[in-house]
Amino acid sequence: MLRAAVDAGADAVYCGFQNATNARNFTGLNFTSEELHSSVAYAHAHGAKVLLALNSFASAGRFPLWKEAADCGARIGVDAFIVADIGVAACIAHHHPHCRLHLSVQAGASSPEAINFYCCEFGIRRAVLPRILTIPEIRQLKAEIPCEIETFVFGNHGLMVEGRCSLTNYAVGISTNMDGACSPPSKVRYDRDSAGAVIASLGSHVIDRFAPDEQAGYPTICKGRYCTAARPEPFYAFEEPISLNLMEMLPALAAVGVDALKIEGRQRSRAYVGNVVGGFRKAIDAVAAGRAPDLIDLLALTEGQKQTQGAFMTKKWR
Amino acid sequence: MKHVTTKRLPPIPAVCLLPVQPLLKRIVKRIILDHPTIFDRLGPYKQCSYVIDAGRLPFLLLLRPDPLNPRLRALTRGPAHPCDARITGSCAQLARMADGCGDGDALFFSRDIHITGNLDAVVCLRNAIDDLDGSIMDSIWGMLRGPGKLLGQPARRRYHRRAATWA
Repeated sequence: MLRAAVDAGADAVYCGFQNATNARNFTGLNFTSEELHSSVAYAHAHGAKVLLALNSFASAGRFPLWKEAADCGARIGVDAFIVADIGVAACIAHHHPHCRLHLSVQAGASSPEAINFYCCEFGIRRAVLPRILTIPEIRQLKAEIPCEIETFVFGNHGLMVEGRCSLTNYAVGISTNMDGACSPPSKVRYDRDSAGAVIASLGSHVIDRFAPDEQAGYPTICKGRYCTAARPEPFYAFEEPISLNLMEMLPALAAVGVDALKIEGRQRSRAYVGNVVGGFRKAIDAVAAGRAPDLIDLLALTEGQKQTQGAFMTKKWR
Repeated sequence: MKHVTTKRLPPIPAVCLLPVQPLLKRIVKRIILDHPTIFDRLGPYKQCSYVIDAGRLPFLLLLRPDPLNPRLRALTRGPAHPCDARITGSCAQLARMADGCGDGDALFFSRDIHITGNLDAVVCLRNAIDDLDGSIMDSIWGMLRGPGKLLGQPARRRYHRRAATWA
């Protein structure tokens, strides 16, 4: 998958180890240390960087797992670590002072005060911004911090306060933030009823029912439809199944000083990575050359086959 | 699952599947030969049984991705076969996924594929297949010899032409 992203034109690729040290801890995904070693070599040979995600929170008694992951990443020669936990950040800053540190969106830092704290204390070189800021807010923020900024441009709409969401933990006792798995597939169930509808459940909680020809979404509590006494008809209580797509806003993002653009892809297929990264590569090159970006149709790869510019355009997206 | 308008071929009795079994055995062995790491990522699910219901095929496929004793068998339609997970979709969509040309999440959102049973095992299998370099379909095409290879060339070219346009 890393090769697919590099081949499609990514300048840098995020990856993680096969354990709870990153926020995509899913079975069959991620890298062994040997795989990471060869992947870093491949990326570097093609002029791309590898950023190691250590962006979950190290709970008491488990810290050695994060330290070993950081030591291994440093040995292999990854280009940066992306962190959220202040303990992990401090550990890397102390033991590997030559390595770049990036602040994960999992840290939920959206104010100059918060980002400046991480820069001052741990030497953070880049902050990934939560997807709740408008373009004018990003411009203002950029003027008040000393580090690079990175924004999401495609993937999950992501309006929950990242790094603080406990919905999965509430439902099945597994923490998104400390175990690295939001709606772990081992706890998800799909059942078909006699009418052909699909019922999605997480643990013992029914989170949605999709009619036979209705688009489906991810089986996360935040994307579910619920009935309440006040609203007996099913409704989206938190978010809707919809994807962020900021391809049209690339010139505006460049104008306010965004340094890097992030595409979600660590849980998606080679086809998705190739198409989305390749499409954004062409669009970014066009913007850099002073041309209008060629907008390609990525609707088929969006959640629920719907897309939005979310809070980047307006905070009244719903 | 979307309502499929194409007709399924009539179910085949078990005895008629006997000639298919050695071919399927050769296919899975060839795939492992060409992609020796394909099942390394399956971890706890190497002993799982996946039933694959490929739309118009008159039979089901049973996959047990044990690297030491891999099995791909044809099963009759009709009786409920015990399995850990069942994956349902059209032949074309499942071939796209197996080849890394189709995005499993997008096919799931659009209801072109349907999954029941152990979702973790299915996601793990998807991740293992997506991690491959190269093409599973090319491995299968590569098994054809003589007239079969000659006759299969147009279908192979058509598949690659279409695959180039798939998102």
